[in-house]
This record gives sequence, structure tokens and C-alpha cells, in this order.
Amino acid sequence: MAADRMNINRSWEHIQQKYVGTGHSDMTKFEWASNIHRESIASHIGHHNMLQYFAVAQGEAVGRVRYTLLEKMLQPCGPPPEKEGEET
Amino acid sequence: MHFVASTLERGTSIVTAIYGQFSSNNSGGVESKQEIVVARVGGVLELVRPDEGTGKLMSVGWSQTFCVIRCLSAFRLTGSSRDYVVVGSDAGGVTVLEFEGSTFRKVHCEMFGKSGCRRAVPGQYVACDPRGRALMVAAVEKQKLVYVMNRDASSRPTISSPLEAHKASTIAFHACAVDVGFENPTFAVLELDYADADLDASGEALEETEKMLTYYELDLGLNHVTRRWSEPVSRTANLLISVPGGDEGPSGVLVCGENWLAYKHEGHAEVRAPLPRRDGYPSERGLLATAVATHKQRDLFFFLVQTEVGDLYKVSLDVVVAQDDAPATVKDVRVSAFDTIFPCVALCITKTGLLFAASEFGDAGLFQFQGIGDDEDAVVSRAVHDPELGDDSFSAAKVAPTFAVADRPKNLVLVDEPESLAVATDFLVDDQHHALYVLCGARGARSSFRVLRHGVGVSEMAVSELPGRPSAVWTVKKARDDDYDKYIVVSFTNATLVLSIGETVEEVTDSNFLVTSPTLDVALLADDGFVQCHATGIRHARADGRKNEWQAPGTKMLQCASCNERQVVVSLEAGELIYFELDDRGVLEEVGTKDLGLDVSCLDVGVVPTGRLRSNFLCVGGYDGSLRLFSLDPVELLVQLSTIQLGARPESVKLLDHPTATRAHAGLANGVLQRVTVDAATGSLSDARSRFLGSRPVRLFRVFLHGSQALLALSSKPWLAYDSESSSSSSSSSSSSSSSSSWTLAPLSYDALEYGSTFRSEQCPEGVVAIAGSTLRIFVTEKLGETFNQTTAHLRYTPRKLVPLPGSRRLLVIEADQHQYNQAEQQALLLQQRGKPPKPDDDDDEMDVDVEEDGAAAEKQQQPRKEEEEEEEEDDEVPRVTVLGPTPPSAGKWASCARVIEPVSGGTGASSETSACATLELLEFGESEAAVSCATCTFADRGGEVFVAIGTTKGLTFHPRVHKGCFVHVYRLLDARLVLLHKTSVEDVPLALAEFRGRLVVSVGNKLRMYDLGKRKLLRKTEAAVVPNLVVRLEVMGDRVYAADAADSVFFAKYVREHNRLIVFADDPVSRASSALCCLDYDTVALADKFGNLAILRLPPDASDDVDDPSGQRMLWDATNLGGAPNKLTALANYHVGDTITQLRKAVLAPGAAEALVYVTVGGAVGALVPSQSRQDKDFFQHLEMHMRQEFPFPTLRDHISYRGYFLPVKDVTDADLCEQFDRLPLDTQKKIAADLDRTPAEVNKKLEDTKNRLL
Repeated sequence: MAADRMNINRSWEHIQQKYVGTGHSDMTKFEWASNIHRESIASHIGHHNMLQYFAVAQGEAVGRVRYTLLEKMLQPCGPPPEKEGEET
Repeated sequence: MHFVASTLERGTSIVTAIYGQFSSNNSGGVESKQEIVVARVGGVLELVRPDEGTGKLMSVGWSQTFCVIRCLSAFRLTGSSRDYVVVGSDAGGVTVLEFEGSTFRKVHCEMFGKSGCRRAVPGQYVACDPRGRALMVAAVEKQKLVYVMNRDASSRPTISSPLEAHKASTIAFHACAVDVGFENPTFAVLELDYADADLDASGEALEETEKMLTYYELDLGLNHVTRRWSEPVSRTANLLISVPGGDEGPSGVLVCGENWLAYKHEGHAEVRAPLPRRDGYPSERGLLATAVATHKQRDLFFFLVQTEVGDLYKVSLDVVVAQDDAPATVKDVRVSAFDTIFPCVALCITKTGLLFAASEFGDAGLFQFQGIGDDEDAVVSRAVHDPELGDDSFSAAKVAPTFAVADRPKNLVLVDEPESLAVATDFLVDDQHHALYVLCGARGARSSFRVLRHGVGVSEMAVSELPGRPSAVWTVKKARDDDYDKYIVVSFTNATLVLSIGETVEEVTDSNFLVTSPTLDVALLADDGFVQCHATGIRHARADGRKNEWQAPGTKMLQCASCNERQVVVSLEAGELIYFELDDRGVLEEVGTKDLGLDVSCLDVGVVPTGRLRSNFLCVGGYDGSLRLFSLDPVELLVQLSTIQLGARPESVKLLDHPTATRAHAGLANGVLQRVTVDAATGSLSDARSRFLGSRPVRLFRVFLHGSQALLALSSKPWLAYDSESSSSSSSSSSSSSSSSSWTLAPLSYDALEYGSTFRSEQCPEGVVAIAGSTLRIFVTEKLGETFNQTTAHLRYTPRKLVPLPGSRRLLVIEADQHQYNQAEQQALLLQQRGKPPKPDDDDDEMDVDVEEDGAAAEKQQQPRKEEEEEEEEDDEVPRVTVLGPTPPSAGKWASCARVIEPVSGGTGASSETSACATLELLEFGESEAAVSCATCTFADRGGEVFVAIGTTKGLTFHPRVHKGCFVHVYRLLDARLVLLHKTSVEDVPLALAEFRGRLVVSVGNKLRMYDLGKRKLLRKTEAAVVPNLVVRLEVMGDRVYAADAADSVFFAKYVREHNRLIVFADDPVSRASSALCCLDYDTVALADKFGNLAILRLPPDASDDVDDPSGQRMLWDATNLGGAPNKLTALANYHVGDTITQLRKAVLAPGAAEALVYVTVGGAVGALVPSQSRQDKDFFQHLEMHMRQEFPFPTLRDHISYRGYFLPVKDVTDADLCEQFDRLPLDTQKKIAADLDRTPAEVNKKLEDTKNRLL
């Protein structure tokens, strides 16, 4: 049993390294939300019909919508919250 | 419940396009073909080629990949003359395809991990080394894989295992291969690192984040990838263009971003030039480059860059050629305004001087280059070396030259416009006229209203009245080698008329035809003489003028006759068959007779196959409902080979040679067309297929269209049966065997006809001459191979919704566009820019081209006006290209109008089929007010008068949703005019309206509100917050309201009259971002979401009964369930269409067809779901689909079941698009699958065909 748990933990670390956005127990709400947003944006960019859907709704070019979305990936949920303890 | 989902019209909107030479060039020295591969929304990969003769684009072949194609790249091994297609998809692998025959075939498919369009799944960008040594597949974030490509002994490409070039927490904006000659392959990637910004709460790091241009070098010797060079570029950069290198140029990349374009290379200073700006383009708005194309000749290269507003720039570099030790340097970047067309997602320049512009919405364009933009007056911007100048739009606007948008392209001429329905926003099925009205949005004036009719479009060439009522018509050539027909022979009940075809068509008397008797059949014989079978005998008129007559014995009359170039068969009364053959001396000689003993209703000898002396079979239909096949082989002359009972009297029969088999087609008296396969050796008849065509007996005629045989089938409606594969790819020597499913039967969009024949003349090389009533019609068929034919009427702005006006055929269409000036404002701006007073009746030369817009401005907006294209047609022969108008500086600027359309003007015949739709009323809203919803409503105490309600919003902006006021306008409908009664202000966007029990239900944000009609405004009756976010769609039935939420699926609400309350009683446990809703019955709805899923949701029967129970009012205080409504909907079916559905409707598409759930999508596809009729059907389809999933060679190895269950597991829906590929499988696989289904392959095909026929 114990060996199994060790294995799970080790593979967990491996998965976290390999797949961006894998959660962990100390994850903050900000990190979680950023991950979700970045995944969603990547999915919208990959599905061309979504880009077209947005473009027609917003009256923008498909290329502009793609660019705006990519730029949004930099910080999809605004700046991170102040870390507790760092406030002095 | 089980559904079969089929695509009726494939999506035509283009994801990306690449240019190259993809088909194998077996014939060697033939000049290389200019080919373009387009990836379409919905996963279709299609190869198109500009036809040398007509200049039009034609489709050579296509493959459904059943995956999401994200990126394409052409890849060519060094020294090879053929390109491969590298596909970046969501399959979790990189795929190399080759084009073979008429489909794409997999060469390599290397899987690297997870599937889906996730941020770390490579496939978003594919870059191929120009020398064909390596390729890079990159994801949006972090992952980049490099594959080394090589060739094996038979010079097929080989692929290595992947080399990783990952960098964590970086976002890739674009990737391209740097042309470095034969040095180590290098790839350039535009990257943005978010690691610092993610940690810094103050936001400083975010400000300081720089976009980096990074070179990744593949060391071929060490077999690993290194980050070679990285340098910051403009923060707004979004595109990279590879600059030719090696011997051809300076290498490096062009970085395009907002407003600027810069040349960058390792060890080279940045050379940056601003993009010239349009006159009046707001300086606070950035100008983003979105599409590029490279043209490379031996000693010249240039780039075409397109911006988001559609302006094309020609970019060329001033290069100082490499000296002995110094490398080539770029002195200047020259950006000149080239032309303006519609915004595109991809551009391809061919070697033959064509530009393929894959427009982002609507019809694509194929342009011919007229010039290369080198004229003196071209607006040119050059490199600016000013380190003080920033990247923002203000700085660029200071230095960038400006240019005026020309009315029509100077350097390009439009050659072809392949039709596309993208983005279809709404549709309606007119079941009286069997037409589909589709709204196609394309941002601004390229938007259109289209009428789709099932079948082949027809354009009429001539109609002429004949004396009396003709019974039959034929055309004959003068000699066998002639290209065109010489005579039209028209038979009446007692005489025959011969017309000669020349400059004009006129009657001739010296034609050697017998004109005093009705004619049964006419043909040109192999010796260039005519044979005419008339009522009492046969006349053989030889080319030298001698005439031979054969008289029927005694007083017997000829009943039926059939002849081809060597054989004549006639039947006399009481079933006597007489067979003649043309012998070597040129004499038509009686060879055999046979007494059948039954009356013959029709007969056919077929055509003589090329290189043969005779057709081997004679097909005879009898009045007893039988079809008999006789041998014409001299050994067993007129021996009956087989017989089959048809179930009704055959009216007409034709033998047709198909590439794979000979088939007998019989038109029956009960309106059914029957098709039977004839075994070439034994003459046995098998594999009978039938289809109901119309109420009149079916007459069949052989015609030649697009180089192959087709069958004209005339009943109460004309139909055309043709081989869609041979007609679409006639010029390509396709090696693929033409399958039986390519034999297409489609109605002609034309009047009912009685008799038809091929018509070939100089003016009309492939036409049909036909009889309708007492008129002779000559027409040509338009594009074959498409399910629908289209008629287009242009609109002003993107249409949003379509509502039929009761009591007439008229439709109300609302149009709205964000980021756009309305037409009056555009006019004013245009005149202002040209420095003229805005006088509407100013009409000098320069204004002449704007006659359309001027006309619009001059007229009062409320005036009903004629459709614009009428005025457009007056323009000269240079095709216009509709471009985007001036751009407003900020968001929240809307242009919008409502119009009343009469889809087809009155009258019958072809005129009504081709005429454009008339606009009867056009209302501009102005002041950034945009129409978002519309409905007709009959208020309870208003005497049945129909009112029109339109929901509008002023100055709407998104993220977050902010507006400057929302209204519901109510109009009276006076004939076709809309007269404003009053408008009522509401506090949130009214995205959906519906009539409900004599009141108007308006969605106000997340609330539903019921209104009654008052004198000054609408009177609020009741209100309820039914959904959590925003109501986007509304349906009503009985006393239920179905409201679809923007993010949380559908909610069922019931109106309780006694309490005047709307109560939500059921919701869906699954969140769905609704985009379309259709009420199927009282308890069932179909719901589509933005991500391309379709679900059928049903309220459990017991819950439905509870809700409707009149004895109690339990539902008023029913407890909530799982934090929602007390009852939950269950999903009956789930299916991923692969494209966003914008409208769903329950409709019957053709007379006699099954009721289906029809949808249109953003990509311009039209599809339908039909419920399976029985359990056997369901089993058949489920099993066939299961086998197909295993046997079909999926090009990208995407798992079909997971594609169709992309977001939610697929449930109870069979993909007919996959099942239809059964016919394309190898024969032994077909047999294997069919055996497992306890059927023969022919039976499986028949079943598939029947299912298709149930729809259309």
C-alpha cells in the first residue's frame, strides 16, 4: 500500500510537470481560474467556428479576435492577489 | 429514440489554405498544376484547382477527416516536385497526407499524446523547413516538437521521433520556418512569457513583459534542438513571414503587428516601416495585419500583407547583396498600398498569377493579378529609424502615409467567387415552395439573403412558342464528327417540324425528314445518315441524299421505337418486335423479329459502347408491368435473358452505361423511377432501387452534360440523374472507381417539362432542349454536384434574425453590425474625405460608381425602395468587390436596420426561379441602436391584427455587457410597411421575443416579462427571473415557455393563469452555452450550444403529468432540487456536430420527405437529424457505424467516437457522414462488414440511399 502511495505521488509530480495546469492541494483560486481561462482560450483559438462566432458578434476580424484572445492569455484573470505575509 | 445525423451541405467556411503541387504527376513532363488545399470548418480537407479553360475554381477531391483542423502547411522534400500536406489537428498527432486519386491519404501519423484543442497540445502551428528537412509542430503554450524528415529508398518521406523544444509558461503567437539555405533548419517563434506577470501582484511585470522573437535551431549533426537566439520585438506582433534565404534572399523574418512591420534577423538591426493607413482610419485604433502570402520567383520575391479591414499591402525589401565576407543586409522595407478586398483568413498566390483569397465570411474569391502595384502614384511607406517613436497607433499614424480606398481593385480582377453560406445566422424552410431561406452574415455589405433550392440550378437560354402542342423533340447532328447539333426535330400528333440551328433557329423543308407524319424517334447513324421512325415506317436518309423507306406490314402502326447509331428496334401493335441493324454497305437491314404476345409500352436499345459494333441488350417494358431484357448478340438474337416485375406500367425505359455496370432505368406510370443493375455477362437484373419523383408518369431521356451521360427524368417535376464524381473531376484522370453513391438524382429548379433532349450549339455547348406545354425551352444546367442551388440578394449589415410575416410570403429580417457606421454616415464620411459638400444629387464621374449608395442616401430612409443589386447590375463589366466601410474609433458603434423581404416575386417559370428577392420596406435605426430580436404578435383584444415587435439596444458593448438603453419597438404592419406604434424602454438587452397566449413575452436580461399592448407603450403584466444569466432564445408551446440561457442550458416555465405567474418547473442538470433552441413537442426540446453540440432534452412523463395536474397547485411551492428547479430534464440524444449551430428548426425539406430537425451552422453547413423509423433501422445504423469506426482509414487517426462525443458522450445518434463512406471502402472490407450485418454490400448501399432520400 505504502509503495503504491509513493508511486502515485511520484507520478503526480511527473504529471504536474508534463501537463500544464494540473491542480494540486495548495492551489489558489487565482491559479485555478487562470488555468481554466487559458485552457478555454486555447480551445476557442483551436476551434475556428468559435473565432468566427465571436467575430460576427463583435464586428471584428477573425484575426483580430484571435490576437485579442492570445493577448488575454498573458493574464486572463487580472493581476494575482497580494500574497499574505508579504504585506508589510 | 435514435437519430441519423447527416450533413446536407458541407460547411464552406475556410480555416486556412495552402498552395502547392499536391497531386502526383505521373505523366512526367506535364506542366505542374497549381493547386490549393483548403481546410474547412467541420473537418473537411479539399483540393481545389483553378481550371485552365474557364478560370473558375473547381474541386478535385475532398476528404472528411472527422477532426478539428487547426493548421495546414505544405511540405516538399528536397529535389521532389510534389508537396505533402502537414496537418495540425486536435488528434494529438502530426499527420502527413498525400493527395491521391480524389482523396487525401495518410503517409505518416505520429501521435504525441493527448487529443483536443488544449493549450499544451501541439498542432496549433505547423512550420515546415523550406528545404524539407524538418518540421515543427507547436502548441499555444509551452510545447514545441521538431521532427526530422528524410526519405527512404523509394523516395517516400520518413519521419523521426520528436525532438522537444519546450519552454514552460510561454505563449506562442505564431511560428514559421526561417529560410537558411542548407544550414541547420531553424524555426522562428513569436513568444510571450507569462511567468513573471503571474507572480507579480503590482502589475509592473505585466507592463514589462516583452514579446520575444526566438530562433530554434535543429542541429542535424547532434540531433537536438536549441534556443539559438531571442530578441524582443514589438509588443503587438502577431504574425511572422519567412523571408527567402540561401541564394535567393537575405533570410530572416518579417514581423507583422499592429501598425508596424519589421524585418528582423539574427545579427541584423531591426528595419521597421509603418503600414500605410486608410484615409480617416482613427488614429486611436490599431491596424492589425491578419493574413499574408508570399510570392517567390527566380529573381524576385514580395509579400502581400492584409490587415483586418481588408487592405492589401505589397511588401518588398531593398537588399544589399552579400559580398565575399559580409552577409546580405536589408536596407529598407517598402510597404505600398496594393488594393482593398474583403478580409481573409488566408491568401495564396499561384505561379500563374492568381490570388486565392479565402475570405473569413461569405464567398471566397479568386483574383487575377492585373499589375503588381508598381505604378508611380502608389502610396508607399518606407523604413523609419526613430527610436523615440513607439509601437502604438498614435505614433504610427504620425509617420504613416495615408491612401484612399479605391472603389474597385486596381491590380486585381475577380475571376471566380465560390459560394459559401458562412456565417449562416438563421434560416426558414418554405414548405410551399420547397425552398430554404438562409441569412448569411459577413460583416457589412457582403452579407446576403439566400434562397436555397434542392437540386440543380438552371439558367434559361430561350423560350419559343410553337404552333400547336408538340409531343416530342430531338436534336441531331449533321455528321458524327460535328461538335454541334444541326436540326431540332419536333413531333406533333399528326406532323413533324424540322428546325435548323444556326445563327437563329428556323424551320427548314429540305431536310430529308418525313414531315407529314408524327415521329417516334430520330437518330444519326454511323454512316452520317438519319434514321427517322415515324408512325407507319422507318425512313433512312443517307448522307448523299438517297432515301430508303421501310413500311410496316399491312396497316399496322409503329408503337414504340428506339434507335442508336447502328441499331433500330420498333414494336408494332400486339407486341411484334422488329430489329434492324446497319450493315457494312450502309443499308439498314432487318435482322430479326419476335412476337412477344403482349403490348409494348416502351423500349430502349441503349448506346453503342465505344469500339463496339452494337449494344448487347434490348430492354422492353410491357403494359403488364414487366421489364424484359433481350439479347442482341447475333448468336442468341432476341432471346429473352431476364424479366422483372415493376409493380406498375413502365412509361419509359433507358439503358445507361455506368463506369462500373450497365443499369436499366425505368420510369413508371405511378411516378416512380426504378433502377436495376444489368449483369454484363448474363444479362440478369438485380439490385433494384426505386424513388418517387412526382405525380405524373416518369419519362426518361438521355442527355450529355459536362462530358458524361446523364438522365433527364420528367414527372410533375423535372429531375436530373448524373454522376457527380465524373462531373466534378472530369479533367483529372481519377483512378478511383466511381462508386454507386456518386450517381446522384436531383430535381431541376425549373418548370414541369414533357420531353427533353441534349442541345449543343456554339452559344450553348451543353444545353437541353425541352417541351413544356406549347413552348420549346432551351436551358443549361449550372454547377452539378451540389445539394442546393442558391440565389443571392445582398443585405446592408449582418443579418441576425428572420421571422415570417403571417398571411403572406414576406419575411422580416433584422440586421446589425458592430464597429460600423451605417450607410448614411458612411456616405457623409466618404464625401467629407473627398472634400466635397455632401450633396446627394451630385453625380459627376467620380460619384457615378457609388450610384448604389447615393441612391440610398438620397431616398428617405422610410421609403420602400428597390433592391440595391438592381442598380448594381447597371455597372460595367468589371466585377466589384465589396469592401468594409470606414472604421469607427471605438466600440459601441452599431449600424442596424430592419427590412421586409418578398423572397420570390410573383409569376411562374424560370423567371421566378432566378429573380432576386424584393425589399419592400427598409428601416434604418441610427444612433447606434441595434436590433437584436424580432417577433410577430397578435394581441388578445386587438381583433387579430398582427403587430411586429423588434427588440433593440443602444450603444451595446461586451465584456461586460453595457448599453445606453434598450427598447421594444412595436410596429403596425400596413401591407408591407412597418409603422411605428410606440417604443417601450426595458432595462436589459431583449435578446428574445415571442408571442404567448395573446401577449408578448420579452426576455429582459435573465428575466421574462409578459406585455400587453397599450396606447402609448407596452403594459407589463407579469415578470419572473427564470434563468441565472441571460435568456438568448425563447420558444413557447401551450402554456409553457422554454427559455435558453447563455450558459446554463434550457429552463421550462409554466404560466399559471389564476396566479398570473410564470413558474420554472424544470431545468437541465448539464450546463450548455445555448446558441439555438427548437421545441420538438410539449415535453421535448432540441438545444444546440456554442461549442458545436446538439442535445435532445425531454421532461420525464410523470413530471410532465404532475406539472399539468389541474387539481393541485403543487408546483407553486415544490421544493427545489439540487439548487435548481424541482424537475430535471433527461438527455435523449447528444451529438457533436463540429461547428456552432446558429439555428435549429423542425421541417420537411421536400414533398413526401420525413420530418427532420434541420440546422445551419457558423461554417455555412446545412444538416439534418432524422429519427430512425424502427428498431431494425437503429440496429443497422449502430452496427454499421461501429464497423465503420474500425475500418474507415481516418486521415488523422482521430478517434471518431471521441470526436462525436467531444464535450459530452455521443448518445443515440449515428453519423451518416461516416456511414456514407462505406462505398469508398475496398470491396472486400465492404463485403466483410455487410456479412456481419447479414446483408450484401448493395443492400447496405441501398439502405443508406433510402435514408438519404427520406430527407430530400
